[in-house]
Amino acid sequence: MTELTLAPVDAPGAEPGADARGKRLGPWARRLGSLVAQAVVTLLLVSALVFFATQALPGDVARLILGKTATPERLAVLREQLGLDRPVLVQYWDWLSGVLRGDFGESLANHEPVTSLIGERLVNSLSLALAAMVIIIPVSLLVGVVAATHRDSWFDKAFLGLSMVINALPDFIIGTLLIALFATNVTHLLPPVSIIPVGDTPWQHLTAMILPVATLATSGVFYLGRLVRASFIDVTNSEYVEMATLKGLSRRVITYRHALPNALAAAIPAASLVAAFTIGGVVVVEYVFNYPGIGMLLVESLGNQNLPVIQALVLIVAVSYFFFNRLADAFERR
Amino acid sequence: MSRDDVKPAPAQAATAAAAGGAAAEATPATPSRWARSDLARVLRSGQVRAGLIMTIIMVIFAIVGPFLAPRNPNDASGGPGPYNPPTDGFPLGTDNIGNDVLSRLLAGGIHLAWMAPASAFTAVLLGAVVGVVAAYYGGVVDMLLMRLMDVLLAFPLVVFIILFVSMVGPKPWLLVVLVVIGMVPGVARVLRGAALPLKEREYVLWATAAGIPARRIMLREYLPNIWSPLMVELGMRLMWSIGALASISYLGYGIQAPDFDWGTMIEESRNGLQTQPWAVLVPVLVIVLFTIGSNIMAEGAARVVARTEKDR
Repeated sequence: MTELTLAPVDAPGAEPGADARGKRLGPWARRLGSLVAQAVVTLLLVSALVFFATQALPGDVARLILGKTATPERLAVLREQLGLDRPVLVQYWDWLSGVLRGDFGESLANHEPVTSLIGERLVNSLSLALAAMVIIIPVSLLVGVVAATHRDSWFDKAFLGLSMVINALPDFIIGTLLIALFATNVTHLLPPVSIIPVGDTPWQHLTAMILPVATLATSGVFYLGRLVRASFIDVTNSEYVEMATLKGLSRRVITYRHALPNALAAAIPAASLVAAFTIGGVVVVEYVFNYPGIGMLLVESLGNQNLPVIQALVLIVAVSYFFFNRLADAFERR
Repeated sequence: MSRDDVKPAPAQAATAAAAGGAAAEATPATPSRWARSDLARVLRSGQVRAGLIMTIIMVIFAIVGPFLAPRNPNDASGGPGPYNPPTDGFPLGTDNIGNDVLSRLLAGGIHLAWMAPASAFTAVLLGAVVGVVAAYYGGVVDMLLMRLMDVLLAFPLVVFIILFVSMVGPKPWLLVVLVVIGMVPGVARVLRGAALPLKEREYVLWATAAGIPARRIMLREYLPNIWSPLMVELGMRLMWSIGALASISYLGYGIQAPDFDWGTMIEESRNGLQTQPWAVLVPVLVIVLFTIGSNIMAEGAARVVARTEKDR
């Protein structure tokens, strides 16, 4: 991944003078309205895709539940119970209206409501993502700014070289390497699997969290750090900072009072992007460490075709992933 | 973009000198149409070449590997048993069921070697078509295409793939199709962004006014001007498809037993990391060399783009 990912992607409909926000609340509000409307339409299509991919593709949920030996009569009864004999659009509408009321249906495995099944797992995953973001943001700001202000120093070169390598590593490989380093022969400091008993929060088992968080943080810091470095250098090269230099302001003042705030503003979309990546990363990283979150639950549910759980989890992941991507766009387009 | 990103690396300077005056962009002598093209500019970069060579070496390794495997990679009989450290005849030891790790390493790259490049090339090709068409026509076409892309962009790549694979069944062609569908929107967005400013260029305005067909304008006027972002995308998407395909195999939704690849090798032997680390670390190493090669290529191309933008 390179700085280029952040290269201004263009802005359909973005007015050139949109920074004059205060004066023209009208267009700004209209723009927000159209963004929200677009998001609603997109998310409706996303939910339809999730539903049809799961409910319509395999064809026969009843057979999945009852197994291959089930008699046609029993299959028909169950289909009627589950409402599978109704048109697919009606099923979709029922499911969607349930989702909007916070009701994701029942797990096929034990008839537990999906919402209560997911609840605790969701807290575990959010804790993981949150802890990672709390590390990623300040550390990558620090590293990125130091690399940018000491350009071509050994630190900058080491950071660039290392990021070229780390950014190329899939999350599951970073996790595997961390296990090799900290949970086997090299050092025995940390557990290789994250055991968090049902009913406990991950914060009561910090050692179980360290390696999964470190995995997400490693991939996040080198990615966001690169973006921060690039945007800081961009700002330093801008006319605005050149102006401040000509006015005779000291380097320190220019760096911290002028360049830094601007670079931070430029780094916000990048940070939202990293938040989105972290949501995607959580799924794989949880599997690596057997961490009891929604990612692990998703992999398990896909394995035993527990459709209501799959639908709920994929929808939750997609909505939050979409939200952070959109946030990145919204900041970018200003 | 940073100044050092813009400065040519020593290797690049050397290649430029070797290629003669035509390569030096500053020389007023008129270079050939090819030498001036974005693609030539990207391929002239030493870093892009280094990454490309590294990637090609890994692909060749994966293709030739199966023929070099000293043992049957799926036959543990006659071996020293599971998780055996390196011994005579088993230079990298054995895996979780006693298969020879070296043979599996050599034979386990073949899927990745065709699936990852096939996904990346197809995704970049389709993404470029969508992006350029959206930029060229604008209006309703643009709006519909890009909103459709938004729907697909709402899924993290790995989640998108395992969702459909678990429903339809793990077939290699399906994996490639899913990686492509998952990556097209990202490519389309970037290339639409690169193509939009071209609309205002004089030669495009002229060609449109002269009634030259749209397809010809896109092919002859747009394409030559988006080669460098295209190459950046190609490198990056190759890196991501290797990573995604390996992750999918690791999660158990890719290549299925008794077949195997580098991703499944890591998953199968991960519980033996303590006693027989080679069974895990060696497939990790080859995947990593493959992705780093493509990243070096992508970053090299990104530098060229930055330099070109500065020149314009």
